[in-house]
Order: sequence, then C-alpha cells, then structure tokens
Amino acid sequence: MINLKVNGKQLNVDVDPNTPLLWVLRETLALTGTKYGCGMALCGACTVHLNGEAIRSCVKRVADAAGKEITTIEGLAPDLSHPLQKAWIEVDVPQCGYCQSGQIMSAAVLLSENPAPTDNDIDEALTGNICRCGTYSRIRKAIHRAAEMKRSTA
Amino acid sequence: MSATEMKRRDFLKTGAALGGGLLLSLYVPEWALADTAREATPLSATPATFAPNAFVRIGADNIVTVIVNKSEMGQGVYTSLPMMVAEELEADWSKVRYESAPVDAVYNHPVFGIQMTGGSTSTASEWDRFRQAGATARVMLIGAAAKNWKVDPASLRAENGYVINPATGARASFGSLADVAATMTPPKDVPLKDPKDFKLIGKPTRRLDTPDKVNGAAQFGLDVAIPGMMTVLIARAPVFGGKVLSFNADKTKAVPGVKDVLQIPSGVAVIANGFWPAKQGRDKLEISWDDGPNAALSTTGMREQFAALAKTPGLVARKVGDPAKALTTAAKTITAEFEVPYLAHASMEPLNCVVDLRSDRCEIWTGTQFQTGDRAAAAATAGLKPEQVEIHTTMLGGGFGRRANPANDFVVEAVQVAKAAKVPVKVVWTREDDTRGGYYRPMWYDRFVGGIDEKGNPLVWTHTIVGQSILAGTPFEAFLVKDGIDGTSVEGAADLLYGIPNLQVDLHTPKIGVPVLWWRSVGHSHNGFAVEAFFDELAHAGGKDPYELRRALLANQPRMRGVLELAAQKGDWGKKLPAGRARGIATHFSFDSYVAQVAEVSVDKQGAVRVHRMVCAVDCGRVVNPDSVKAQMEGGIIFGLTAALKSEITLDHGRVQQRNFHDYQMLRINEAPQMEVYIVPSTEKPTGVGEPGVPPVAPALANAIFAATGKRIRKLPILKVDLRG
Repeated sequence: MINLKVNGKQLNVDVDPNTPLLWVLRETLALTGTKYGCGMALCGACTVHLNGEAIRSCVKRVADAAGKEITTIEGLAPDLSHPLQKAWIEVDVPQCGYCQSGQIMSAAVLLSENPAPTDNDIDEALTGNICRCGTYSRIRKAIHRAAEMKRSTA
Repeated sequence: MSATEMKRRDFLKTGAALGGGLLLSLYVPEWALADTAREATPLSATPATFAPNAFVRIGADNIVTVIVNKSEMGQGVYTSLPMMVAEELEADWSKVRYESAPVDAVYNHPVFGIQMTGGSTSTASEWDRFRQAGATARVMLIGAAAKNWKVDPASLRAENGYVINPATGARASFGSLADVAATMTPPKDVPLKDPKDFKLIGKPTRRLDTPDKVNGAAQFGLDVAIPGMMTVLIARAPVFGGKVLSFNADKTKAVPGVKDVLQIPSGVAVIANGFWPAKQGRDKLEISWDDGPNAALSTTGMREQFAALAKTPGLVARKVGDPAKALTTAAKTITAEFEVPYLAHASMEPLNCVVDLRSDRCEIWTGTQFQTGDRAAAAATAGLKPEQVEIHTTMLGGGFGRRANPANDFVVEAVQVAKAAKVPVKVVWTREDDTRGGYYRPMWYDRFVGGIDEKGNPLVWTHTIVGQSILAGTPFEAFLVKDGIDGTSVEGAADLLYGIPNLQVDLHTPKIGVPVLWWRSVGHSHNGFAVEAFFDELAHAGGKDPYELRRALLANQPRMRGVLELAAQKGDWGKKLPAGRARGIATHFSFDSYVAQVAEVSVDKQGAVRVHRMVCAVDCGRVVNPDSVKAQMEGGIIFGLTAALKSEITLDHGRVQQRNFHDYQMLRINEAPQMEVYIVPSTEKPTGVGEPGVPPVAPALANAIFAATGKRIRKLPILKVDLRG
C-alpha cells in the first residue's frame, strides 16, 4: 500500500511502486484530467504539482510521490475560480484542449513564484508543454491576464 | 449510463420507430423548474422535451441542446454550429449546450453522404441545415404559444429564449412551450433571417467547451473507462506490411497485471489491468517478424526515385497555352526542385479506442472524425450489422486528419482485440506507436521550370509533382481520382490563380508501401510551399518585388488580391526593418478560402531561424465566430511553422526512424512568433478555416529567409538546412 495525498485527500493505493504517478492518477484514482502525451517528460501534458513544484507525472514513480502533496487539475479549483481558469475562459485559450491541464498546472507554479511574469518568463516556464493546436500566443495572453487578476485581488 | 446517454438512446429508438426521427417528443424523468414560477404554466402536466429535428432538443428546464454531427477536435465546431441554430431559434445563448451526435444517416455530411468531419467543411456544409433546424424549432414554439394564447402566430415573435406577444406583453419561455411544441407539425422551408439581422453570427463568441477543458472534466477517448475494461498495448510490425512469424510471451505473462497475450492480424496484443503492466509486458515480448515486401524501403532510395521521375513528363493535370514553345522563347528560364518529407499528425492525444463487444451488439468510444466508415468496418470485423454498432464520439485530442482514416485502422484493430480477448478493451497507442503508425502526409518532390519575358514577367510555368496518392485504394478513389490523377495530389498547383499565359502541371504517382493519409491541408500542405516559393524565385529572376508581381498577376482574382493587399499593409510590406530582419510573403487558396501571410524572420550566424512575427489575412466568406477563425489561423500558423522548421519522418531498412517528441519535434512556446490575424468582411457563403491557414506559412517563411540570407529553402524541414552565415 502506498499512501498518497491527492488534492487534499489521503488515499491508499495498491500498485507496483514503480508505476508512474500518471497512471495511478488516471487509472486507479480516475483523475483523468492529467493527460498522457509522451511518457518521456517531453510534452508536459501530465504536469501536476508535487509539494508545489510542477513535475511530469509520466516519469515520476508513484512510490516517490508518497507522503507529498499532489495537486492535479481537478484540485486546482473545481469551481473554475482560479485566476488561470478564469483567464483561460476569457481568452478562450483551448482548442482541442488535451494539453491544457498541463499548461495550466505549469502556469500555476509560475504565477505562485512570479506575480508579474514577462513573455520571456512565460516562455521559459512553459517550454516543456507542447500544444499541437498552437495556442501559445493565447496562453501568454491568458497568463498575463491571470497575473493581473491575481494582483488586483491581492 | 448518464442521463444524456439515456436520452440519446431513447431518442434513437423513437427516431427509428418513426422512420427517420424527424418529429418526436420525448418524456424525460428529470426536469429543472428553477424559473417556472415567473413563466406561463404549461398546459400539459407532464414536462416534455421538444425535439423538432435531429439537431435540437429543448427541455422543460429551458436548456437548448444542439446535437452536433461534427467531431470537436479543437476547431470550435461545438460552438459555431450551435451558434447557427441559436441565431434562427432566437435562443438565450447562455442556455445553449452541445451534445455529440450518435451515428445515424440523418447526421451524414450533406455533400459527402457519410458522417464525418474533414475538409474544412463543417461550417460551409451545415450553414443552411443548422440554421433551418433552429428556424423550424422557432416556428413550432411560436405555434405552441399561439395555440396556448389563442392568437395568430403572426402576431408573436421569439426573443432570447422566450415567445413574446408584443400586444399583451405575455411571455412564455421555450421550456414551458416544449410539450405543446412537440405536438406541432414541423413546417417546411421556413425562411431564414436576412444576415443584416444576425445577433450572434458574426460576433466573437466564447466557446462552449472551454470550461470543461480547464478543470479536467472534458472527456477524451483515452479518458473513457467502462466496467471490466482491460487496457491493451499492441506490438506492431516494425516494417509496414510485416507479419508475426512467431512469438514467446512467457516473460510478458509473468508481469503482474498482464491477463492475456493474443496474436491479432496487426501484431501481438498484451491485455492487462492497466497501462503500466501492459507496457511492461509488451517490452518483454519476444517476437520474430516477417518484414514483408517493404523491408528495404529508405528515404534516400525514395528520394532518388522521385528526383528521377520529376525529370520525366507525368500525367497532365492542367495545361494552358503552349508551355513547351514558351520555354524556348523565354528571355530567361529557371529550374528549381523542392522536397518535403513524410509527416505524422502527432495529435497530443495518441490514438486509442474503447470497445465493448457482445454477441449481438458492439459499443465503441473513440475520438473519430469518420463515424460511418468506422462503424461499417467495426461491424464487418465483429460480424454484426452496422446498426448493431454504436459509436460514442468523445472529444478528440487533436485530429488533423489522422482520425479520419478510410482504412479505419485504430477502430478495426480494437474490435479485433475485443473479439479475441472476449472482454471490454481500451487499446492505447503509446507516443512511439502513434509516431511510427503510418498514415502520414506523403513525401513529395516538385520540379519547376519557369520562364520570364524580357520585361521580367512570368511567361511560362511548368510544375511536375511526384508523390503517393492518398485516395488510391480508398472509397474516395472512384470520384476523386480522375484519369489517374488524384485531385488531392495537384490541389493548390493545378488551380494556380496567377495569370500566367503558359502553364503545365503534371503528376507522377509512385506506389510505395508506406500508408499515407490527409494531413491538415492535404495536398495544399506541399503545393502551397513549392508553388509560392518558386513564384518568389521567378519574381526575383525578373527583378520584380514579390508582392507587386503577385498583385499584378491576381488582377482577375479580387478576393485573393484583397487578402494579399491586407496582409501586406498590416505586415508593413516594404517598410524598413531592424538590421538582420527580413520579410517574406505568400498567398494560397484552399478549401475555398483565400489566405495571405507575411513572415518576419532573422537568421543568426549559427544558422538558427527565429520567426518574430506572422501576419495573416483571410477571406473565408461570412464568418460565424470570428474568434474561432482567428484561433484556427493562429493554430494553422504554428502547425505550418512546425512542419516548415522541424518535423520529418524518415525510413531506413523499412523502419521509421523517429519515435517521440525528441526526434519528431514540435514548435514550443518560446519559438512561437507574435501573430496577427485579419478577417476580410464578406457576405459570400462561409468557406473553410481549419486548414487554409497552414499552406502559406512555409513559403512565407522560406521567402523571408531568402530575403534575410540570400539562400533559397527548397527542402523541409529547415532545421536540416545549413543556413550558417
């Protein structure tokens, strides 16, 4: 049994400790908002937070996530109240939407560390997240917008 | 089963009983009555759902559900098609929802006659039908109110989800009229609005599917889980057309979680209780393969074959004037050869398919663009009738053509697995499987010989195209391949818009064992590059400004000339740039839309290309959702830049050499340029937007690189071209 703390809930899972966290989230815990894209930490679709850091869950052994705070897209703000979600809706960022959980989770860590990121800061923080639909310019715009919302309510 | 699915099944059942499902009223158990207190009381005690046709359903809760027969793969069709219905229905947009259509003849593409999404046709082909669906429902709702209020329907109007009697001020919500409306006979040929009265169409409108795509709720094929389902990975032949000779699964079966290992026509399937055991198990398989007839295929060999063919005359797709003679009288001739590689679609969501096969029915969940074909193929594989197969179209994590396969590969294979495994299965393709799975954009080789007159104007243009046919061997061959010429091989070349007096476009179609398929913009994806890059060469050979020459030769093409001028103006064509930066321009007509783009680039001493800015002008007729058009152009630009700069699929000894995103690269956010999209206002019929943004990207970029460095780009991807200063 491995003890995980996911989105604030303590859970025990009975899986091979070498299983990547991604598949435990998706298959064992049915948190399918975190996506599989490459399995090699190349695309960022599987990005979640581990103790507040953005990590690629497709290459993180579940055993290594035990006891740490895991946040998935479902735990960010289920009611869409996170500034990034609001900004994503306002700017209409997603096209197919498949990569967007990962994009948002990467952006959330950026915003928590940098309240006013520049385009360069954004590019640096999100270089690991591929969007095949090409929503990059809207992602930049939405992150600026979210930063603005966050600052105005701070 | 969700309430939605329940409703959908009942709907289909009732529809079938009525012979087409055009008029039915459906009683559902749940009803939300939040705002009924301030609305007219329904005459009937039973709350009803009003479903005047296969595309609209209105519940007692006032929710208007638009059943969309097109797959949502990012292009915004779950918003733009509901907008058309809502416009004519006079619906309250905040109450409009979308739902994916089941497979039924009523949902067939009005032109293609099958249920599918592709060819950038969704808006254009449904423009009349979806508006008509909304208008019909509106007339019936007004009829219901007139009956309730015992007044002349002509005295009533619909507005923002209500039927209103202007004389009395009475109002009835659509939901409160649903049951009575359901008893009305649908009128025929309801007149549609004058476009000047549009309230929704033409206004930037937020997508209905965005909220679900920012909290993890949107369900893609890969997210589907059904009771008892096993996850399956398949070891497929390393060479296209290869077969399993023998295999040893002892080590695989020893992996905890692996339940079964089965041979299927395409390889060996590992059936497990999750992705990870299936992957571990597959890695441990020992398989001996018969590589088959394609074992010697290599990109180098194909390239030599294509280059040799390009020097010989092919089948003539178009001929104007006397090109052979004109070449002898031209003041100057130039020759150039262009080549582009095989490309994988690389949707972010790798291919997958869930199948629940029973003795008398088969249920499939997958992100497909090709429902009719997939259903027929699944039925044939399962030994069932098509109507015994139900397909649930999930959200598609990208399509780009890969999920519309006339060979129905990922669906048929999953049904084969389900048949052999005798349990519900989810077949998952890893990224490597997806990259190596074939059905690529073909590799192309283009040879041009052009001539200019003594004034520097193009006199003659000959273009020989070499590449595989996408349509040969598919059901589309019969009507889209004529006299040996696949229309998709020469699109964007044979229909050149420039006024050049002598023109010839011919085609060679070598047969090669690499499966090919349409890939966002199909033939235009290579012809756009080759044609517009060669045009730039001709302009320079004649000492002409490439913009001015295009403008001059588009004298009879006002719409293309319009986008060209707009792109040039917004893109600051001819204006000074900082040192090291240069611009290139290109146009392309595809999917009945006109696009022009200006690229602004710099190339550093190490040969690295930086795209700073892309300006795009598009004329796609009347626009339903301008923000979606912009998004599609932006996406098309990134897609086009990725192909132009980075991606290629190559083969050696029959084996695809790329595996994942490290060697099949995508453009990333730090490489994404500033983008501007300008839409030409138009009252013409809507035309395509999903694909037309792609073709002009590579040539605009290549032409800009020439302006910056003096080096011509004649081969993609540019990453492989030496541009060191």
